[in-house]
Formats: sequence, structure tokens, C-alpha cells
Amino acid sequence: MKRLLTFGASALALLASTAAAQDFAITGATVATGDGSAPMENATVVVRGGKVVAVGRDLAVTMDMPVIDGRGKWVTPGIVASMTDLGLWDVGAVSGSNDKSAGSSPFSAALDVAPAIVPESQHIAVSRAGGVTRASVTSYPSSTIFGGQGALIDLGADPDAVTRPRAFQFVVLGERGGQIAGGSRTAAFVQFRNALTEARDLASREGRRDDALLNRPDAAALIPVVNGTQKLYVHVERAAHIRSVLALRQEFPKLDLVLVGVSEGWLVADDIAAAGVPVIADALDDLPESFEQLGSTQSNVGRMVQAGVTVALGGFAGMEQPRNATQYAGNLVALQKVPRATGLSWGQAFASITSVPAKIAGMEGVGVLRPGAVGDVVIWDGDPLEVSSAPMRVFIDGVEQPLDNHQTRLRDRYRDLDESDLPKAYDW
Amino acid sequence: MILRTSLVLAGAFALAACSADGDARPSSAASKPAAAGPEADAPYPSTYEPYPGEPTALVGATIYDGAGNRIDKGVVFFSGGKIVSVGGPDTPIPADIAVFDGTGKFVTPGIIDIHSHLGDYPTPSVDAHNDGNEMTNPTTPQVWAEHSVWPQDPGFARALANGGVTSLQILPGSANLMGGRSITLKNVPSRTVQGMKFPGAPYGLKMACGENPKRVYGGKGRMPSTRMGNFAVNRQTWIEAKAYDGKKRDLAKETLKGVLDGEILIHNHCYRADEMALVMDMGDEFGYKVSAFHHAVEGYKIGDLLREHDVCSAIWADWYGFKMEAYDGIPENAALLFKAGACVVIHSDSANGIQRLNQEAAKAQAAGRRIGIDIPDAEVIRWLTLNAAKAMGIDKMTGSLEPGKMADVVLWNGDPLSVYSRPEKVWVDGALLFDSSNPKRRPVSDFELGQPGEGDVK
Repeated sequence: MKRLLTFGASALALLASTAAAQDFAITGATVATGDGSAPMENATVVVRGGKVVAVGRDLAVTMDMPVIDGRGKWVTPGIVASMTDLGLWDVGAVSGSNDKSAGSSPFSAALDVAPAIVPESQHIAVSRAGGVTRASVTSYPSSTIFGGQGALIDLGADPDAVTRPRAFQFVVLGERGGQIAGGSRTAAFVQFRNALTEARDLASREGRRDDALLNRPDAAALIPVVNGTQKLYVHVERAAHIRSVLALRQEFPKLDLVLVGVSEGWLVADDIAAAGVPVIADALDDLPESFEQLGSTQSNVGRMVQAGVTVALGGFAGMEQPRNATQYAGNLVALQKVPRATGLSWGQAFASITSVPAKIAGMEGVGVLRPGAVGDVVIWDGDPLEVSSAPMRVFIDGVEQPLDNHQTRLRDRYRDLDESDLPKAYDW
Repeated sequence: MILRTSLVLAGAFALAACSADGDARPSSAASKPAAAGPEADAPYPSTYEPYPGEPTALVGATIYDGAGNRIDKGVVFFSGGKIVSVGGPDTPIPADIAVFDGTGKFVTPGIIDIHSHLGDYPTPSVDAHNDGNEMTNPTTPQVWAEHSVWPQDPGFARALANGGVTSLQILPGSANLMGGRSITLKNVPSRTVQGMKFPGAPYGLKMACGENPKRVYGGKGRMPSTRMGNFAVNRQTWIEAKAYDGKKRDLAKETLKGVLDGEILIHNHCYRADEMALVMDMGDEFGYKVSAFHHAVEGYKIGDLLREHDVCSAIWADWYGFKMEAYDGIPENAALLFKAGACVVIHSDSANGIQRLNQEAAKAQAAGRRIGIDIPDAEVIRWLTLNAAKAMGIDKMTGSLEPGKMADVVLWNGDPLSVYSRPEKVWVDGALLFDSSNPKRRPVSDFELGQPGEGDVK
């Protein structure tokens, strides 16, 4: 009976989530703002009308709003997970449920993940319970080197997940790109140049040429890439190919590049920094998974940041779950204590999964706690980068979110194995 | 990153391949029964010998002994490759030995990964290296993982330096119902796999239930194509194995005989609770026991049965959803199993995850704490040390810090259950094989020489 009451309460919370944003203040907490600074103790965060209105110490809290006692807890902006597959699959190996790629489609660059994203996805719910409030979502190149247009989402328990459709185009130019394009990276670069040239033609007064290889929707989808009005995320790992990708801006000067993967970025960190191109890197790759990742090291991110590169952590897809972004960031802090390794400070590490990915994705007022920022606030039971910590409450745009999901329901059913009265199937 | 993502997804299928490893101990003469144990006259014998180490004492650290005990400001003293003494601050140590001040640091036994594919699915992950699944027959108990292991896999060094891993079981994949024999290795670089073989470790037989075998062979238009087909093929194979008298050499039946004789341990890849229950009954039917269910994402649903059958669950902290039989994975799996009195082992099945088994265990512990299951830190460390050793049959030799056992020891620069801690020094059989303060005291495989990042911190 007690369990039934608990579940009733969670059902109520679910209903409440459709309600309007709440005004509230959290006091006495350790607050990490996500801007790269160190956490501050005994601080206050005030949220009103779905926005953060005040953050700091010694703030006066007006009496007209609920006050949450944050003592002993941490308060942060929500985690921003880059290059996820959230909402695009239910079960990885169940192809009908999996919209991560479309290898048999005649279209590639024109693919748009936005209408396929399922806000009720268990993976969104599980990630939300892990403190992730925003994400970029991409599909994966399969029939050509272009993966299509990725979207930005929030993880709120409501039907409006997509905050910006077609936020970026995704292309692979490393080994994977070479395999797709015809067996060689040379082919990948030719395919890339041709595609962008055809897009430029289509947009020009002369129009599309007769010998065009791209179908019209794909070429049209690349016009904003050539014009620089849509970001182009480029997967590339090897130092030499990173340089080649950076050089593409000589031919296509308006490209708004973001490098993805970049295992050997540390070897060309100065070039990346000089180009002013941001990076979304896997935090802990340290194995030569392929010949383009020979130089991979966990110090990659730290070394790039030290060289002045803007680096977010990403690649949170499949088994690299978005809810573990905090663990990856924490590992980069751990490197500070390892001789000869280059890690990140706590503030830098936390920024690499909050404000920095938000900035790279073009999310305004996201990933930080400062006046005017969105009311994405997570209350944690401890240091959010520590593996033993977890969110206690999650707010998105000031709306408190339900944290239950398939996993928590299974957990509650199987807390004991008692079936003396009825089978487990009646325990819900 | 994309590349790796797709590899991981591909790995979701390969993972399924890691459930059955068979041990067929060939007899030295065709007229003798096949022997499965670790006798010195077995073929491909271990040539591993401990490297020299100096008598060493670690003093002042927090010690988790792997057997569930915690000692504050303790002393671990080892010499001649063996643990000599473990105790509190007053534990006597001889003069004129190497003494490391462990104040503020932690000491554990060497970490043990019961489920690894290092060497048989090494990096670089190229087709030429895909040596983990003999996907030509649903039952291949005649293959031995050791014949696939590439000792130059750079992943061994990462597991040592970042994960403190000193022993690991290399399993065939899970494409087959019976995938072949596993091999247990000391994580000590060698020119040959024989030079890494853990002396005296029993073989395992990797078995797999569920989606992978039926998908692989159903896809080839042959049996099994269903779960009932999985069981039928398994049962018929066991029936034939029981009739084997060992007189005529038969590699497959030698492995299965080794299982029936209790000399080869069953490591059974299995996700779903209902299937694990059926597999335990199959063991009862034919007279063998499963040592550990690997992956066991639904172990929490049958903690009582697993306890009663004394079967360990070798699990991830939080992997789920990548295939249908992994849909019900929950982070509280380990804690609920522990609460039920069943044996928990944290495994990796991943060249990346093997570097962070301590963190995975900490996540699983914390998930339990949040539902009111408090598991002491020292018990959690047992999940990656003594429990793994027990399920691999090497617990008399390693897995805990007890006098007479192998001096497989990790000195951590902080609490191993914190994300902020890393191995500072790692000893295997008393030999210092990783030292974070000494750039040269880390293994660099042949493959990495002359390449970008050779000898880097990684």
C-alpha cells in the first residue's frame, strides 16, 4: 500500500510537469554556475518566470516564492550533452525503432532529425533523471558523407522537445567518410567539394547544372552551409586531416565549422586555436581504435584547452550515455593529479558539459546560471562530477521535471522479490 | 567519435558474443582421458614468471583488502612476489626495504576483469584483428581464446595504468552458444600469450544465450533461429558430451568433458532473468554449474535464484537498451543482487570500461545507497577483486591482500571509489610494472613504437 501511494505521488508529479514555470529560490547550496569558475559555497539561486534572475552569495530572497533548502547540496545549470542520439531510438538493435541513420535513403544532407525525435523516449527520460536538460541530436552519415541536419532539444517532459531544428549539418571526412565516399578519403574530400559547389550553384542566378550529382533536396540543404548560416559539424580524427579540414575555409570562406571527434587534436592544437574553430571531443579516448586515432590520449582535451581551443565534451550516443557526461568530465579533473597528464580544473571540466557545448551549439542563455539564463537548474546530492552523486530535482525552463522512467519503475517493482500475495505483474 | 559510436553499436552485437568459453583440455595421449585442469603438461603451457621486485611496504594508507575488510592507516608488506603481512599501523616490517608513504592514499588488490576481449578484439579495431567469434558453427567448444590473443594489444597497458588491472579473463565472443575456451592472463606484457597465461588458472567455457546465437545462425538459415532452438542445440551437445569416454581425441568434447568434470568453469553470457533460470536448470539437467552469468542485466529480478545456485553475476553498472534483451537494465542491479545475498562482479567487456571498473562499481554502489541499500566501500571493492577471482577460480592465488597470495597490488592516489582517483603504482607478483611518477615504467606495445604519442600518458 505504501508503494502504491508513492507511485500515486509520482503520477501527480508527472501531471504537474505540464504546469507553468515555478518561481523559487534555492539557498545555502554549493553553486557551480557552469561558466568555468570554481563552485561557490553557501550561495543562492533565484528562478522567476522560467528564467534565472539572481545567483550569488548574500542575496536577499523575497518572501513571495518557495524557498528550497540547498544546504549540503549542489546546484548547477542542467547538463548540455553534445552529439547525442536522444529521441532517435528505443532499442539499438531493433531497427524499426532506430532512426540514427538512413543508409537506404536517396537523401542525406536533406535528412532532418527534428520530426523523428520522440520526446517520450526512455533515453530522454533516463538522461533527464541524470541531470541532462539540453542536447544536440544528430543522425549518422550512411549513404553519403553527409549525415543530415541535427537539432537542438530540451529534455523536458512535454511534447516540445525541439528548440531549434536544422541547427547544424553533419559530415564525416575521416576514415568513415572515405569508406562511404568510395573507398578513400580522397573521394570524401572530392564529394564534399562537389556537394558544396552544387549547393552554391543551386543558390546562384545560373542555377543548378545539368551534370549535378546531388539530388535537389540534398543540394538545397547545403546552401545554408555554404552561406555560413548553418553550422557544419565535421567528424575528423587525425592531425593531418584536421589541418585539411581547416584549410577548406580557403575554398569556402563562410563555413561555420565545428570539429567533432578530434582524437589527435592535441598534435595540431595551435592550428585549431588559430582558426578559431571549436571542438566537440570524446573525453577519454586513449586507444588507437583506428589508424586515425593513433595519438589519442585522455590529455587531448586538456592540451587543446591549454592551447586556447574551445572544447566541449560530446559523443554521448549509444553506450556512451548522456547521463555519464559528468563522469567523463570528472575524469578530466582527475588527470590534474596524474604526472605529465593535462587535465581540466573543476570549473573548466564542468563548463565543458554545460556552457561550452551550449555556446558551440548556439544555445542562448543555456548552460550557465546567471541572470537572464534559462531556468534549467539541477539540485544534486553531492559534487555533480563525482560518480556517487545524482540529481535530486531537475528544472527545465523553471518547470520541475518528473524523474521517473522505465528504469525507476523496474527498480521499485523489484526492491523485494516477495510474490506471496500476487505475482510481480500486479505490483505497479 | 562517429566512428567509435558505430563501433560501439556493432559491439552491441559482438558483446553478445562474449558469453561462452569452453575449455577442452586435450589429453597428452589419445588413450588417456582429456585433462582440463592447469597441469604443467597441458599444451601451450604458461611460461609466465614474475619479474623481480624488491621487498616493499606500503604504510599509512587506507587498505581495502578485497575480502571485504578495511584497514585505516594500514600496512601492506610484500616480498618475493607474495603478500607477507597486512595489518594496522603497528604491523612490523623489516628494516632496509622500500617503504612508500601511503598517507591519504588507498591500497587495493590488483583489479580483476572477468570479462575482457583485449587481444582477441584488440585495437586498432580493424577487420584483420576480429578474432573473438568463430562464427561458423553455433557450438565451437574446441576453439581456445588464447590462440586469438594478440599480446601487442595496446589496451593491456591502458588497463594496467588507468584501471589498475592485474589479471583478466579473455573470452571468446557471444555469437555462439558455446564460444570456446577462455584464457586468464596476468596483465604483464609478453612477446607471447604463453608468457601472459596465469599459471594454474582453470579454463573457462564461454556460453551465450538469447539474441546473439539465434540471430547469427538464424540469419544463416540454420539452427538455432529461436531461443528454443538455442536450448535444443545446447542440450543435444551436452548429451553427446556426456557419452564421450575420452578415448579418442576430440577437441570440442574434451572441453565439454572438462566442464562436466568440474575442471572448466562456465561463463555464460545471458541478459534476461527467465533465460538465466532456464540455463541453471540446464546445468542441473546435465550436471554442471554456471560460475558466472555475464552481463546479467536482469539479475536483480532473480537475486534469490542466483543466490541459491551460488552463481555470480558479472555486470555493468548502467549499460542498457542497446538491444532488446538489455532493455530492462537498471543501475540498481548490483545493489539489489547484493541485498539478495548473491555474488556481484563488475565487469567491463570493453577496452575503455576496463580502465574504469572502480568508477563503475562506485556508481552501482551509489545507486543502491539512494534506495536505502548501504554497501560498505570494502565490500564494493570485493566486486572487482575477490569476487571476480572466485568466479574465475583463482581466488586461492589472488584477489585479496592476504599473506601468501600473489602480491598483485594497486596504490591509488585517492579513494578508488572516487572519479578523481587513479592508480599511482601497480605491482604484479611484487614487481612494480606501473609507476605514474616514472615515465619509463609503463608498457608501450610494439604497435605504438614510432607512432604519434608513443609513451604518452594516455
